[in-house]
Amino acid sequence: MVEFALPANSRVQPGKVHKAPAGAKNVKVFKIYRYDPDSGSNPRLDSYEIDLDACGPMVLDALLKIKNEIDSTLTFRRSCREGICGSCAMNIDGTNTLSCLKPIEDIKGEAAIYPLPHMPVVKDLIPDLTVPYAQLASIKPWMQTQSPTPPDGERLQSPEEREKLDGLWECILCFCCQTSCPSYWWNGDRYLGPAVLLQAARWIHDSRDEMTGERLDALEDPFKLYRCHTIMNCTRTCPKGLNPAKAIGSIKQKLLERGA
Amino acid sequence: MTTRNRPLSPHLQIYRLPLLALMSITHRITGVGLVVGLLVLAWWLCAAAGGAASFNDAQALLGSFIGRLFLFGWSVALFFHMGHGVRHLLWDCGWGFELDKAYLSARVALVATVVLTLLAWII
Repeated sequence: MVEFALPANSRVQPGKVHKAPAGAKNVKVFKIYRYDPDSGSNPRLDSYEIDLDACGPMVLDALLKIKNEIDSTLTFRRSCREGICGSCAMNIDGTNTLSCLKPIEDIKGEAAIYPLPHMPVVKDLIPDLTVPYAQLASIKPWMQTQSPTPPDGERLQSPEEREKLDGLWECILCFCCQTSCPSYWWNGDRYLGPAVLLQAARWIHDSRDEMTGERLDALEDPFKLYRCHTIMNCTRTCPKGLNPAKAIGSIKQKLLERGA
Repeated sequence: MTTRNRPLSPHLQIYRLPLLALMSITHRITGVGLVVGLLVLAWWLCAAAGGAASFNDAQALLGSFIGRLFLFGWSVALFFHMGHGVRHLLWDCGWGFELDKAYLSARVALVATVVLTLLAWII
């Protein structure tokens, strides 16, 4: 359902201001979404003034500095700090990306940081990703075969066949694209969303998979696949430079070829 | 732990929509506008079929400033919707999903909207 306004319990209130230490010369303001499930009150936007001369270059460095030195209650997911685990996905400066790959200097003015958009918030910058994970499981993201495994080795693939998976296998499932998509905002309960459809394409185009027909059958649905209107927020926002819009287009084309 | 009362994170309120997304929503808005224009067209045809008196009334209303403004808006909507429709056609053929091509086709569609609208009103 299209609902432009936030529900009453989700409206963001003004929050606390944490001043920079005296003598700081290179100060940048970080406005960070905070929600404490134990407080019973609405989310708020806290301000943190950070001395960039005493901070690493990436947004994740600033978040860690805040957590270590200013406010240990700030909560967010992070792990690898090099753009491969997908944990620190969040909305930074109006666009979803990984905080570990986002240089602070790319942000003009105050840096606004929110959780991934239009998701239930567990705490602060941590969204509840139960639904997208369930949607991912629904497309069976593993190789399905009917023929017996070759007795003398693995299932082979030509370099050309393997090339078709480039731009698909690199996805780290951070869900930046999934939660950037207005179609997913309004129909996230029935539309599978760009990240999950890119995974579906990854298996549809795999020459070793033997359930392509069944996979296409499962997607031939006005909501699961065809809520994609090529808005292209997904491709615009992907921190790995992948193209979910193109992957979804390739599934639509496969369905078209099959129908013709 | 209450999980049902979890707040919804901000979306439209904070997301910086790029040109490509604005093109998409404009496509939908102009689509709605075209339907309204179609109703007016039907009304104008009914007026024409109803004889000289009703046709003159319709002509006067559409010829007024408000009427012309509406027709101008309708023509903009028509040409934008057509231009963006061609982009969808190209996408359906598998062309233009790369960001540079998507931006190129968006700019072409916008320029075409302006040029075709001006041409239509000059001619």
